Amino acid sequence: MTTEGMTGLGFGHTENQKMVAQMAKDFAEKHIRPHVMEWDEAQIFPKSTMQEMGKLGLLGVLVPEEYGGAGLGYFEYITAIQEIAKVCSSVGLSMAAHNSLCTGHILQFGNEEQKKKWLPKLAVGEWIGAWGLTEANTGSDAMRMQCVANEDGDHYIINGTKNWITHGITGDVAVVLVRTGDLLDSNGITAIVVERGTPGFKGGKKENKLGMRASETAELIFEDCRVPKANVLGKVGEGFKQAMKILDGGRISIAALSLGIAKGSYEAALKYAKEREQFGQPIASFQAISFKLADMATRIEAAELLTYQAADLKMKHKPMTTESAMAKYYASEVCVYAATEAVQIFGGYGYTKDFPVEKFYRDSKLCTIGEGTSEIQKLVIARNILRD
Amino acid sequence: MKILVCISNVPDTTTKVTFTDNNTKFNAAGVQFIINPYDELALTRALEITEKQGGTVTAINVGLADAEPSIRKTLAIGANDAVRINAEPIDAYFVAEQIAAYAKSEQFDLILTGRESIDYNGGLVGGLLAEMLGIPSVNVITSIEVENGVATMERDIDGGKEKVSCKLPLVASAQKELTEPRIPNMRGIMAARTKPLKVVEVSGDLITSATVGFELPAAKGGVKLIPADQAEQLIELLHNEAKVI
Repeated sequence: MTTEGMTGLGFGHTENQKMVAQMAKDFAEKHIRPHVMEWDEAQIFPKSTMQEMGKLGLLGVLVPEEYGGAGLGYFEYITAIQEIAKVCSSVGLSMAAHNSLCTGHILQFGNEEQKKKWLPKLAVGEWIGAWGLTEANTGSDAMRMQCVANEDGDHYIINGTKNWITHGITGDVAVVLVRTGDLLDSNGITAIVVERGTPGFKGGKKENKLGMRASETAELIFEDCRVPKANVLGKVGEGFKQAMKILDGGRISIAALSLGIAKGSYEAALKYAKEREQFGQPIASFQAISFKLADMATRIEAAELLTYQAADLKMKHKPMTTESAMAKYYASEVCVYAATEAVQIFGGYGYTKDFPVEKFYRDSKLCTIGEGTSEIQKLVIARNILRD
Repeated sequence: MKILVCISNVPDTTTKVTFTDNNTKFNAAGVQFIINPYDELALTRALEITEKQGGTVTAINVGLADAEPSIRKTLAIGANDAVRINAEPIDAYFVAEQIAAYAKSEQFDLILTGRESIDYNGGLVGGLLAEMLGIPSVNVITSIEVENGVATMERDIDGGKEKVSCKLPLVASAQKELTEPRIPNMRGIMAARTKPLKVVEVSGDLITSATVGFELPAAKGGVKLIPADQAEQLIELLHNEAKVI
């Protein structure tokens, strides 16, 4: 089996998807692969490379052409993320966060004027976007957020911090979820756009991470930051519900990111197992190794089908909260599993930075944590299946 | 400026080559095909020229329907339209004859090809095509500029460079240094779906050659490592075993 050939359940790759995959792969091989370990070691976020991706349409995949985007669908989107992630998961993560979260939120909930103002810059990568929900003390429990916005004429004054925000320092614009009502009131949270350079808004501490080191993760700090009310996305108090919808779509992109890492790990391990000889034969001929590969391949295929199913529902505008949570939960766990097994197949070499599986192993863990932990995904799934 | 770019659909450079039918046919099973890299350079340069001074770029391929993903990619990269001559590209003469028949009816100012296709490496189509059309050909060019109906080109020659100028129309074949290949963007990929891809049936006599057999190069032998301080042993082996000195 090759992961390239995965079709099934009618999700055969269209010519469009194949061309997008090839385009993303060509770009990644030429402009990302040569720098992967340098960016990883030094925690360099490659903003200019991201902007080159923007020129190809990779930062506005889902944005309609009228706002400067590529105007493609989720299938092309998840195909592109996978190909980028196979080469560098960090860039894959940044691409997913930029498209699904910041850009996605403005696209889905912004008014016409707001879309015209920000989307053309985001869709072509002229601006890099950030999205702030999580805080130091409120990760999964987002409703207890402390970051507050108080009314002052036609402005809001924001105070507080957001943590673990992708592109927190480098991002040119951020969609931020702030408290405009009472604590624990699900109608007390509002989404608002804050541009870099707004007085009182700055990036804070950059996290030093286990993996995904080339994707910038940092604090957003707001100190009496005045933002026009015109920057509120949708209605005041709807922010939490909007965020949950954005995360539904975001989960599909993290599932795709997980698949990219899982496939990258599997393909590297498969190749190595055929080439590496011990006891006079390729290690792939030993059942202990071939069964690992069989398990990896099977789980990757299952994860891919779940991801395509969620994308299919999303494209048809059908409810997909359960399915996207299932895809994100399962694909991210498969991703950690595949990366772990790949290191095991590589043995001592897999523990060194000379082979890509070492990095996949470190990067993979983010997938079971970011944009909702595996536990939160199970909570979402359980709530939905118990309610039905 | 009307430019025609000849496109060959070739196996990906990482393909493991095997043969079928008693070693007379390339085994295409499971092989991924791509635009011949030299042709992709020719296409990119053609686009650079028309973007600067206006005009159209047509991509042409002699091939069966399975070549269409590569042809579509030429449209995604930026070609205005494409033509597929519906036949298996049996040999260079046949391919050149088919392209010549089409080119005669369209009056192109410039025809670009790759220096060779990376599968059979014949390097013949450009020259044959020019001969059939009765126009000049310049092969293996590393640069081309067109001004006032004259093309100025550079080509590598042994130990240096040659600068050639030639009135249009002409056929030129692309060498590696001609330009940087262009990665199609997503809008290009979308636009490619609606750009015209015309399928033309074969014309003329089918005078072709036939492949009698292919042979893979002999497998490489093992490597012997001689410690740096034992040069005498190395010389001895080069003399008596490898017999190269």
